[in-house]
Amino acid sequence: MTAGVDTAPSGALSARWQNARRGLYRFRQSWLSVVGLAIVLFLILVALVGPAFVPHPEHVTGSVSTGTRFRPPSAQWWFGTNELGQDVFSLVVAGSRISLLAGLAVVVLGTVIGTLVGAVAGFAGGWTDEVLMRVTDLTLTIPSLILAMAIAAALGPGTTNMILAVALSWWPGYARLVRGEVLAKKEEVFVQAARAVGASPARILFRHVLPNVVSPVIVKMSLDMGFAILTIAALGFIGIGVRPPTPEWGSLLAVARNYMPDVWWTAIFPGAAIFLAVFGFNLLGDGLRDVLDPKARR
Amino acid sequence: MIAYVLRRVLLLVPVLVGLSMLVFAIARLLPGDPVKLAAGPQATAAEIAGLAREFGLDRPIPLQYVDYVTGLLQGDWGRSILTRRPVADDLAVFLPATLELVIAAMALAIVVGIPVGLMAGVFRDRWPDYLSRVLSLGAVSLPRFFLGLLLQLCFAMWLAWLPLGGRFPLIEIPPPVVTGFLTVDSLVAGDPAAFSLSLQHLILPALALSLNPLATITRMMRSATIEVLQQDYVLTERALGLSFPLIVFKYVLRNAMSSSLTVIGLYFGWLLGGTVLVETVFDWPGIGLYATKSIVTQDFMPIMGVTLCIGVIFVTINLLIDLLYGLVNPKVRYE
Repeated sequence: MTAGVDTAPSGALSARWQNARRGLYRFRQSWLSVVGLAIVLFLILVALVGPAFVPHPEHVTGSVSTGTRFRPPSAQWWFGTNELGQDVFSLVVAGSRISLLAGLAVVVLGTVIGTLVGAVAGFAGGWTDEVLMRVTDLTLTIPSLILAMAIAAALGPGTTNMILAVALSWWPGYARLVRGEVLAKKEEVFVQAARAVGASPARILFRHVLPNVVSPVIVKMSLDMGFAILTIAALGFIGIGVRPPTPEWGSLLAVARNYMPDVWWTAIFPGAAIFLAVFGFNLLGDGLRDVLDPKARR
Repeated sequence: MIAYVLRRVLLLVPVLVGLSMLVFAIARLLPGDPVKLAAGPQATAAEIAGLAREFGLDRPIPLQYVDYVTGLLQGDWGRSILTRRPVADDLAVFLPATLELVIAAMALAIVVGIPVGLMAGVFRDRWPDYLSRVLSLGAVSLPRFFLGLLLQLCFAMWLAWLPLGGRFPLIEIPPPVVTGFLTVDSLVAGDPAAFSLSLQHLILPALALSLNPLATITRMMRSATIEVLQQDYVLTERALGLSFPLIVFKYVLRNAMSSSLTVIGLYFGWLLGGTVLVETVFDWPGIGLYATKSIVTQDFMPIMGVTLCIGVIFVTINLLIDLLYGLVNPKVRYE
């Protein structure tokens, strides 16, 4: 008897382990997602330790050195210098931290709002569902960048406001996704069982239903991360959002426009950094979708 | 069919009411005081109150909403607090420029994306497929504004083949306004020089704007083609001895395209949003540039106007696509 009791959990564990290994294998099969993972890990490393090792940390905090304006890229100035004599390499490296953090904040906030709305709508049904989903659909009728711009304009400039603005235009996709998943999951037997033993609706929703919709949400988050970074850079480029002297890739690019074509390096490097970040997250997201959501595979 | 169309059009009404509420809520319920900003930092309390009264901003919020919607219905979209020009007039001037750009970009994306996607699907897992997949993932990741800058740097500054920005040279006289599309207007006026000038100005921004939908259409078209190729009727056609190119171009292409139709409709709305960045880079005088300028000066009525305008166009296009779908596929109509 004891043997039977022992093998059950270890059997479940090994099944889970096998699943994870199968997923890892699938992930490694597509070299594009491995490249994506490498890019993302590299960016995270740069964002974590980069700012401490840049050659000119004083430029990151806004100090200028007019003696070294517009130096082209060289062994001393890897990415050249800008109109204030600041080292572009230091600025771009420091910018990675802001872009990644802001992108993450947007995706997490959007996910939290969207998941709450979608879960409540799907779980409660009836009028609550109707009202919440009509609001969601309405929000989707305005392109997210325009909506983010309008909200950012209403809230005023600043990093926090910008993150809020993008997140407020970001949640409807999650609301729809989670609602659909919750609708499917709440008919499952384990939900009936939980209800039969007298669990409260909140407990059923948060302990039994939501944990089962995590993986599509994670897939969407990883696919969205690149676009969140892109949107933040876009707002920076338009001139709302992160304000100088804080180095942000989009706003660096906006300033650099004014000095093209003779000074091309102040534009190329921040732009390439945005591209690299978005590309990396897109590749990784594609790979993760293959692992976590095999149904969506083609 | 007429009943179906009528029902769909009537369903538009609550959506439009909701849209106006949403835009109004963003403008009025979020923190931030447009009046104080417009009056400037040195304004006295009396000046601020005067300005608020002039724009009706001192009335209760629900009444302000009623005022706003009544105005909208009468063609009064409010005035810019800074220039005092009516927003509706501004939109009428700037919207054709945006539409011209968006339509050009969409046309480019469709004309290139559909054959490339078809080829990628037909040559699945061979080099045309890999090339198109890497390129389309790269294209989706390349920021439009950065691509715009690169195009400017390359074709306008270094090679000097095409103009840097704008819609028409300032020193030349544009053709008389008929449609508001400069390319069309110059053709209508029978002015080949003006046509060539306006086309030259259109190329780079349209290219920058088209890359993203191009990539998506390619990917959609690829997977649709793969799906259609696995259908039984394709097998039947092959068994009947029809040549493969005939099957691909006559049957597969048509069926794969119909599923790309929705995406194209969705993308049209998305492009209206994405055009903001491209217009900013290329100084293209459309509603996107108008919105950007208004945001920098925190001029609220134009921002509400642009947001609403894009929302209305987006909803209308979705309706049109749905109706078109009903036309193509009778099953949809009777659901």
